[in-house]
Amino acid sequence: MADARVSLDGQAVLHGVNFRVEPGEVVAVLGTNGSGKSTLVRALLGLVPLSGGRVELYGVPPSRFREWRRIGYVPQRLSVAGGVPATVREIVASGRVARQRRLRPASAADRSAVARALDAVGLADRAGDAAGTLSGGQQQRVLIARALAGEPDTFVLDEPTAGVDTASQEALASTLHRLVEEGRTVVLVAHELGPLQPLVTRAVVLEAGRVVHDGAPPRPQETEHPLRGHDHVHPHADDEDAPDPLTAWRAR
Amino acid sequence: MTAFLEFDFLRRALLAAVVVGLAAPAVGTFIVQRRLALLGDGIGHVALTGVAAGFLTRTSPVVTAIVAAALGAVAIELMRERGRTSGDVALALLFYGGIAGGVLLIGLAPGGSNATLLSYLFGSVSSVTSSDLYVVLGIAAVVLVIIAAFGRELFLLCQDAEVARVYGLHVRFLSLLIAVTAAVTIVIAMRVVGLLLVSALMVVPVATAQQLTRSFRATILLAMAIGAGASVGGLVGAFYVDVAPGAAIVVLALAVFIVAVALGRVVHRVWAFARTPNPRQ
Repeated sequence: MADARVSLDGQAVLHGVNFRVEPGEVVAVLGTNGSGKSTLVRALLGLVPLSGGRVELYGVPPSRFREWRRIGYVPQRLSVAGGVPATVREIVASGRVARQRRLRPASAADRSAVARALDAVGLADRAGDAAGTLSGGQQQRVLIARALAGEPDTFVLDEPTAGVDTASQEALASTLHRLVEEGRTVVLVAHELGPLQPLVTRAVVLEAGRVVHDGAPPRPQETEHPLRGHDHVHPHADDEDAPDPLTAWRAR
Repeated sequence: MTAFLEFDFLRRALLAAVVVGLAAPAVGTFIVQRRLALLGDGIGHVALTGVAAGFLTRTSPVVTAIVAAALGAVAIELMRERGRTSGDVALALLFYGGIAGGVLLIGLAPGGSNATLLSYLFGSVSSVTSSDLYVVLGIAAVVLVIIAAFGRELFLLCQDAEVARVYGLHVRFLSLLIAVTAAVTIVIAMRVVGLLLVSALMVVPVATAQQLTRSFRATILLAMAIGAGASVGGLVGAFYVDVAPGAAIVVLALAVFIVAVALGRVVHRVWAFARTPNPRQ
């Protein structure tokens, strides 16, 4: 992502962000509400149009990107509001869609990927239940399992810890731990890191649409206030004097 | 029932009712999931303009209705995509425009009057000809094949369009596909229950099924069974009681819905009970 600018409803949300993720990194995008951190990852994925700058996924702009199966996206909330019930297994299985052929039944590989994903988030015993009957944290785990089922290289998680019970936070931490061990790339947006803190290799802190810190994650004693302790960073160092001409998001 | 099957026109009506009863809830499940339960009504109204255009141009009203309904569906989908909140306003515009356009055009058509439109508004399943029946069967088959072929992608689209995009799905194509599929389904259902009740056949069986199911697959299959059952039951009942078949079908479907709501409360209580003893919740 190079000099990425995004405006929503005429209001500038990102003011020229430079951001590049290397393979195997676990990057936390931190910031207060309204700092633009969710918009940043949504722009990375091409879900919101840029008003300036550019974004590349594995070296290709999102509009021409074809290898979507390499990316697993976990949005903030499960939208079960539509009204038609769906089981946990059905939602997780839909994560295989990029790997399936039309009019072909699910293969053994599909079924085992779904089973592994359900196991990984500790929801195997709820697979047959309607997703709408689960708690918020469990629904969040369903979404993570859906991304896992697609077996991507890179995971993008938008606020996976927000409003989630402790059991789900720990399930998330252990799932991420396994992903990191497998060498996958993880980008996660968070308000606070909590139990994820030890896994994060790099933190990007956003403030009012600008990167104010990019480097080592906040130390454990700072996790409750992730934004404090970074006052020493020059607020505009990263975006105005950025010398790096190419900051594509290229994980491999 | 055997007396019923002795008449050719009733056999055709029965067959048309069954396939429409299967196809409409199949599409309807995705429409309800996308929170577009009223889309069918909007498209139905536009189809009325198409019917009138058919009389005006002396072509088949069914063909022109399909064209108008498909164009209306595409228009609504594009309006939804552009403006984030104007989905219901877009529908309202179609409602008024469709009815007004239909009444206006039928007045211009030679020998046409509002009475001509009545059979399309309220259905005339007993007047289905053999060539009508082939069109209904053909379109219903295409609709069911589309649902089977694109079901997975449509499921994800209807769950979360943004996630579908990140999975590399062609969100706009799929949105248009489901909208146009709904449009052609509505036109074939128009012969059975009429344009004013067409949406009921897409929505009521789905609303009924979801009272009793936990999975999407079970919902769609049960909704199809309820749709076909209500269509046959309503048609046969209407024959013996001598009432309008379209209305009988919809009233029967609504009655099944009320029973399902009561039954659903019991079923959900049983599921909740079955879950509680599990220490891992």
